[in-house]
Amino acid sequence: MPIKHLEEYRDPEISRSIIDNINKISQKKIRLMEVCGTHTMSIFKSGIRTVLPETISLLSGPGCPVCVTAQHEIDAFIALSRTDDVIITTFGDLMKVPGTTSSLQGERANGHDIRIVYSIFDAFDIAKKNPGKKIVFLGVGFETTAPTIAASILSIEEMKINNFFVFSAHKLVPPALLALMESSDVKIDGFILPGHVSVIIGTKAYLPLFKKYHIPSVVAGFEPSDILQAIYVLVEQIETESPRLDNAYKRAVTFDGNKKAKQIMQDVFEVVDATWRGIGSIPKSGLKIRKEFEAYNAENVFEIETIDSIDPKGCDCGDILRGLKIPPECRLYRKTCTPMNPIGPCMVSSEGTCAAYYRYHSIE
Amino acid sequence: MKTDHILLDHGGGGKISHSLITETMLPIFDNAIISRLDDGAIFKIEEKQLAFSTDTYVVDPIFFPGGNIGDLAVNGTVNDLAMCGAVPLYLSVGLIIEEGFPMTDLEIILNGMRIATKKAKVKVVTGDTKVVPKGAVDKIFINSSGIGLIPEHVNISGHNARPGDKVLLSGSIADHGITVLTQREGMNFDSPIVSDTAPLNHMVKRMLLACEDIHVLRDPTRGGVGTALNEIAISSKVGIRIYENTIPVKDEVSGICELLGFDPLYIANEGKLLAFIEADSADEVLKTMRKDEFGKDACIIGEVISDNPGNVFMQTRIGGTRIVDMLTGEQLPRIC
Repeated sequence: MPIKHLEEYRDPEISRSIIDNINKISQKKIRLMEVCGTHTMSIFKSGIRTVLPETISLLSGPGCPVCVTAQHEIDAFIALSRTDDVIITTFGDLMKVPGTTSSLQGERANGHDIRIVYSIFDAFDIAKKNPGKKIVFLGVGFETTAPTIAASILSIEEMKINNFFVFSAHKLVPPALLALMESSDVKIDGFILPGHVSVIIGTKAYLPLFKKYHIPSVVAGFEPSDILQAIYVLVEQIETESPRLDNAYKRAVTFDGNKKAKQIMQDVFEVVDATWRGIGSIPKSGLKIRKEFEAYNAENVFEIETIDSIDPKGCDCGDILRGLKIPPECRLYRKTCTPMNPIGPCMVSSEGTCAAYYRYHSIE
Repeated sequence: MKTDHILLDHGGGGKISHSLITETMLPIFDNAIISRLDDGAIFKIEEKQLAFSTDTYVVDPIFFPGGNIGDLAVNGTVNDLAMCGAVPLYLSVGLIIEEGFPMTDLEIILNGMRIATKKAKVKVVTGDTKVVPKGAVDKIFINSSGIGLIPEHVNISGHNARPGDKVLLSGSIADHGITVLTQREGMNFDSPIVSDTAPLNHMVKRMLLACEDIHVLRDPTRGGVGTALNEIAISSKVGIRIYENTIPVKDEVSGICELLGFDPLYIANEGKLLAFIEADSADEVLKTMRKDEFGKDACIIGEVISDNPGNVFMQTRIGGTRIVDMLTGEQLPRIC
């Protein structure tokens, strides 16, 4: 059970020697973006920000799936949860995200049947045990979770389940990075690219981004020494003005990625334009269920009441997701917006930047 | 935080529970004893110092590796009394049972309580049983209250931590919470982890013999070590610094925590304690703890500082620093 080999990546000696090397070569003032929310949490938990030289700023990017889920999607989830005979199944982080009028947690307290699952297969079990109900799984996530959801849609027929539906709000990472680079107000000197997502899509998927912008980019793992090593490689690329697309997570990530997972994703989903919180509509950045599987597509099967979705007033999640602001610069942060009473999704998700700041950031 | 409804978070043992207690309940029951918010109430009757505590058990599932809701209910209240420095003596037990509950299960639970009371050397001296219609509770809920005597000169409270104190922890963290979690419906784990539920009163007694002047004792149950340390930092108006590399977490526990995105610092323990002791006496107490069956892996995990009162800091393995905040709600798993 224990993943013993991780200990070597946690060896404080290795981390310290990488920190020394970063300090030796870092001269330019640079801004690096860690794209993935799991990186953000790992950086805060291990105190990486507190050991880096002042020349290096780390910005958190749009890699927290709950955070970038558009307000109208959250509102649709809430509307669905109020539908008769529906059981909503979801990963936990979505529960507290405030929609325009309510949250899933609030709806659960109001008596609607909303259940947290740890895997879509647990949702299958709920479907089997509740034949008179309609079970809707809320598909929120990136390329990491999408293949499993796709595989489960493929197996619904096989398992003879006829009361299971998926609402796909899945999003794709590379198009979002392209959109970030295209917007003129975002200043990023290098990307720490996500590890789990890259296991599926491979480093190949970032070639269009790299070819267009020649921005230093490194795929990183999640242990402190993995992240520090990626930072070292980025600093080295920037200091020597030799941008590359590097892979510092070779024990898990290949150039091509997981071909089978990509194929399943393609079989079940089609790539569509999608709205990202804070960024807006990004071409070809979302996944919707293909026509041949529309019997399982919750958006088709249910009449979902739509409302005028309004982003929370005064919330800077959008700017924070683009690396334009850090949480303490938002006027709601720690005042009216806290993990107990979150106003924006970045404060809700366990991988949200505001939640990370709130939980782990040292007093300055 | 005001909400229209009670949320699960209100019972999570973290910040939201804390605010429900301090904002909604304390003003109603306002008195000098309850407002100390220690694990039990401490008061004098005819020159004798007594500790009195109550707790309600609603664990799901009711049977788990290492114990069941019955021994948990005994050990939990015994420990709450022990954390006041008291010698636990008498317990009450209240059962709320769902109609249709199997008699054999009840017998197993009662037997668990019997063994636990024997081990802790306490007596159940009064009780109550209610049966409610099917669906009105989930299987069985148990309340237990207890009373104990605090030896003379012992003055233990969450308010007593002082700069310079060492922070001692009696063993590995998060075992109970992770055990229960892995037994929940839908969590298909096959793991060797067992709950750490245990009575700590005998170890506390020996610790007090080694050092009469223990400042704080706390069993980090719901909300885990992270929340308990924060409560003490707030009550004592001190800062606390802990060291990540000193905190014992079993490999299996840390593996599951990683898989689900949990931080073991916030996961419940049922047989562990934190002790705050003057630096000069810390080693002596540590030695005593390590001789006890429930303190074999005891260690010093940090110290009390005068800077930043009310805050807990952790020095990370790589030499960085981060804040350890109170748990802010139910711990939820990551989704990517």
